Amino acid sequence: MTLTQADIDAEMAAERAAYDQRLADGAPVEHHPRRDYAPYRSSVLRHPKQPPIAIDVTKDPELVELSSPAFGERDLTAVDNDLTIQHPGEPVGERITVSGRLLDRDGRPVRGQLVEIWQANSAGRYAHQREQHDAPLDPNFTGTGRTITDDDGFYRFTTIQPGPYPWRNHVNAWRPAHIHFSLFGTAFTQRLVTQMYFPNDPLFPYDPILQSVTDDAARQRLIATYDHSLSVPEFSLGYHWDIVLDGPSATWIEEGR
Amino acid sequence: MTKTDTSVPENVLPTPSHTVGPFYGYALPFRGGEDIAPLGHPDTVTVHGHVLDGEGRPLPDALIEVWGPDSEGRVPAADGSMRRDPATGTYLGRNGVEFTGWGRVQTDADGHWYVRTLRPGARGRNAPYLSVCVFARGLLVHLFTRIYLPGDDAALAADPLLARVPGDRRDTLVAQDEGHGTYRFDIRLQGEGETVFLEYK
Ligand SMILES: [Fe+3]
Repeated sequence: MTLTQADIDAEMAAERAAYDQRLADGAPVEHHPRRDYAPYRSSVLRHPKQPPIAIDVTKDPELVELSSPAFGERDLTAVDNDLTIQHPGEPVGERITVSGRLLDRDGRPVRGQLVEIWQANSAGRYAHQREQHDAPLDPNFTGTGRTITDDDGFYRFTTIQPGPYPWRNHVNAWRPAHIHFSLFGTAFTQRLVTQMYFPNDPLFPYDPILQSVTDDAARQRLIATYDHSLSVPEFSLGYHWDIVLDGPSATWIEEGR
Repeated sequence: MTKTDTSVPENVLPTPSHTVGPFYGYALPFRGGEDIAPLGHPDTVTVHGHVLDGEGRPLPDALIEVWGPDSEGRVPAADGSMRRDPATGTYLGRNGVEFTGWGRVQTDADGHWYVRTLRPGARGRNAPYLSVCVFARGLLVHLFTRIYLPGDDAALAADPLLARVPGDRRDTLVAQDEGHGTYRFDIRLQGEGETVFLEYK
């Protein structure tokens, strides 16, 4: 049986309706996707069926999960946050500047922590061997970046606008353009991997990965804002994207800093 | 709206998680990611296993992160897990002296992974354990679990988390001793023998 976009659309609509019903029944807002989200077919055999066991971190300050690995200057090179100068030549595509703040769920800046990104090139192709999408590789673009947040929690990357790309979830499945982000907080409990999208992408309603976030407001938080003040004259267009880490941190350690 | 107004705490809402996807392999893994213990340290243990899906098939595209204390139970504060060569931009590997406590490894084509790290020391009332975070294509939100090492039955029996895990699932959190400081820890995402996963509140 060949899965069409219409099949996936119907499944996504059913998932949204189920979420609306849960909300109407008094269930809490869901800020994250459910791991069991069948329209994204790869999730079917890869989500646990047993509920997780909850650990109340306020009961035990000794938990190693309340601390996080450290990263420093020697984990980076000078060009790591500029994906346009990592090769001898200029990459093809529209240059962009992506910046924002890394915050914890109390709105405090997360300082000195590692932000990693990876993305497709302007033609929608990843520099990954297993990637067989028939679009050109760019010898001047790898698509990986790293930085460490500053004292106000800001990160900043210079890169190329990634292209959308097809994938095999169903017939004519296309991912909206996105940048993958990996983030650390002050506690390992705050670990996050996610994706940033660009405003007004016509592919949003068709993409089961984005739509796995069934809450409308939560989904909007994955979409960067065009920010003219971040655009660099004669050089790049600016996008602002703040990231809020979920998961508890060790407030008794942070206080007084 | 992705500019967060931090003056109104109710407006500070979490950024949703997304899958790591299939193509992180050229971005996230790094040389020596799995060799966490300082070179030649006598308290080094090797932990290895498979990551398996609901049909028992190994995942060739899972990413495991391990975070743990040193043998005395101290939380490491050293950076340098992914040291870089400023001249070439390549990974230098760890310096083999400092213990950063954190490692990252991608499963191989057989769904197999390993880390070499220090045998964790106990912290507080907890039996010694390594914290684990699992990422994979198809996994929309990462999964946390713990690797407890066998040997000290009294410590395991007194552990506050293990005490709350149903008896028939407890063994999924305790690695199997294979001798010579090597331990086996399989991660089953779904189905028979499903690993106990954790969430922190
Ligand atoms: Fe992608």
